[in-house]
Amino acid sequence: MSLLSKLYPAAAAPAPSVDGEVIRLQGISKVYDTGKVKVEALRGVDLEVERGDFVAITGPSGSGKSTLMNIIGCLDTPTSGRYILRGRAVDGLDRDALAEVRNRRIGFVFQNFNLLPQITAYENVEMPLLFGGVSRRERHDRVVGLLERVGLGDRMEHKPTELSGGQMQRVAVARALAMDPDIILADEPTGNLDSTSGGDIMELFRGLWRQGRTVLVITHDAALAVRASRVVVISDGRITSEGG
Amino acid sequence: MRAPRPGLVLRLFLQSSRVQRKRAVLTVAAIAWGSLSLLLLLSFGEGLRLSLYRASRGMGHNLAILWPGETGRPWQGLPAGRPVRLRIDDVDFLRKRVQGLAGVSGEIHNWRVTMSQGDTTVTGMVIGASPDYGRMRNQIARSGGRYLNALDQSRRRRMVFLGNTLAADLFGDRDPVGRTVQLDGVPYTVCGVMVPKIMMGNYGGLDENHAIIPISTYEAHFGRDTLSVLVVQPEAREHMPRVLNEVHEVLGAKYVFDPDDDRAFGIWDTVETSAVMDNMLLGIQLFLGIIGTLTLIVGGIGVANIMYAVVKERTREIGVQMALGARGSWVTSPIVLEGLVFTLLGGVVGLVMAFVVIGAIALIPTADNEALQMLGKPTLSIPIGVGTAVVLGTIGLLAGYFPARRAARVDPAETLRYE
Repeated sequence: MSLLSKLYPAAAAPAPSVDGEVIRLQGISKVYDTGKVKVEALRGVDLEVERGDFVAITGPSGSGKSTLMNIIGCLDTPTSGRYILRGRAVDGLDRDALAEVRNRRIGFVFQNFNLLPQITAYENVEMPLLFGGVSRRERHDRVVGLLERVGLGDRMEHKPTELSGGQMQRVAVARALAMDPDIILADEPTGNLDSTSGGDIMELFRGLWRQGRTVLVITHDAALAVRASRVVVISDGRITSEGG
Repeated sequence: MRAPRPGLVLRLFLQSSRVQRKRAVLTVAAIAWGSLSLLLLLSFGEGLRLSLYRASRGMGHNLAILWPGETGRPWQGLPAGRPVRLRIDDVDFLRKRVQGLAGVSGEIHNWRVTMSQGDTTVTGMVIGASPDYGRMRNQIARSGGRYLNALDQSRRRRMVFLGNTLAADLFGDRDPVGRTVQLDGVPYTVCGVMVPKIMMGNYGGLDENHAIIPISTYEAHFGRDTLSVLVVQPEAREHMPRVLNEVHEVLGAKYVFDPDDDRAFGIWDTVETSAVMDNMLLGIQLFLGIIGTLTLIVGGIGVANIMYAVVKERTREIGVQMALGARGSWVTSPIVLEGLVFTLLGGVVGLVMAFVVIGAIALIPTADNEALQMLGKPTLSIPIGVGTAVVLGTIGLLAGYFPARRAARVDPAETLRYE
């Protein structure tokens, strides 16, 4: 708590949105029109995520998990329905506006890490700060603080190829935290890791959650799902069950 | 809208271009080759232009040559078909009456004069010429000799100025200056020999084969005072039409013919013909430029190809950057910049190579080879450099722009999906 609040004093302050609500999805549907056939990936999803929730979204493959993740992450826009992110409607924003929302409000963690291979761990974590227009001095302080926090203070000048899978994912988590986002959005974050590294990463997420972070994890890993405060099951484009 | 971020773009460019050195080298080589072709073609064009310009000046510049003809229409009660005959004193008459003349000269030609010196005899052309002739016709005396002067004219001296080839035919390796040559059996003293020159146009043969004597001496020796040719030179080329009009008016009044009678003189206006040649040269240079540009475009297509491959390879990275909040222009600008840098780097290499090649060509001796002399020395000029830079810049921008447009269409949701 201490380091995070030192890095992000705002994180400890109460959220400005109504009732601490971070995400509200209303009747979200997504249709992929491939020309010959129309694929309904989501058929009217309603979901609310409160500030400080640790939500696991699970479901069989093809259920619409990834589509939901893309829409929540503002990587894709819904065909219909409303998406309100921290009090602000984000459906219907243009590409540049969505880029800014992703930069400031969402921290991504991917199954395959998606670090840029030719630059160092430090530069990878710095990238969202560059996009966010953060000053050089502040960039330095944040990157160093975050990499130390995920236990990679001595690996800052290493390139991703010189790191283990678990280390790469920790760099990715540090990168996701760089802009102090409203939500951490993780897509199968342990899918490419051995059980030990996977456990470490899950502990990292739990730690973030305990510090008041809102975490959304998409997974079919039951072991990860049980550690969440809420589990949302999705199948065939609909939410079929919800529980804590 | 936030302002453009050149610093960010530069940083992303530096980060992404750390890899693939070999490919970069090949790309730069393709552009360098294209630039070299363009620069060399344009330089040869420029060299050709310069040597043609020099050659066109060999006969003198801004000249009009007038051959007396016959009247083509009746005038003041006199019939058409009367010959126009100019006399030696008409040269001075015109000099006094026509405004804005830089020079006026009369010539009397004799095509079959026997010239002998010692045991050597040649038959050739002797020209009696007014004092202005040498300067107007760009005939310069080799050192050790001189051109005919006013005193030669006024005293009707038997002095002769020899064309360099004629001098060599008569005297071989010896210096003719001060020696005697017989023209149709009459001894003349050689006062000078012409410096060799290239002549593109001529009337009555090349100056290097002619013997020039004072027109006054010519009259005394050959007994003819009607001019074969009148040569006028206005002070500026744009005055040529007015000067020709005045010559017609002055002479028409004296010899009673219609100043508008275009058959009174046959006229060769070199200002007009040199304008035609300028256009032809411009055409040749454009043609060479187009060939060179096409070669360079092939190189540019190479760059575009590489950049397409780069975009394809970096699709995931571009998707990641977009997921992290990069705007479209922030991921496309480094690609445009990369294409531009490849192209400009190639251009610089090509320029250096062009300097080396042109320097090497300049070392080839051309003194004895007229074809090489006419081809001229390839010459790099500032307009060529600017033109090449503009073509290169445009190609570089286009080579980066189209691949970058593809990068901008990258769908992050699509590329980030785990394979």
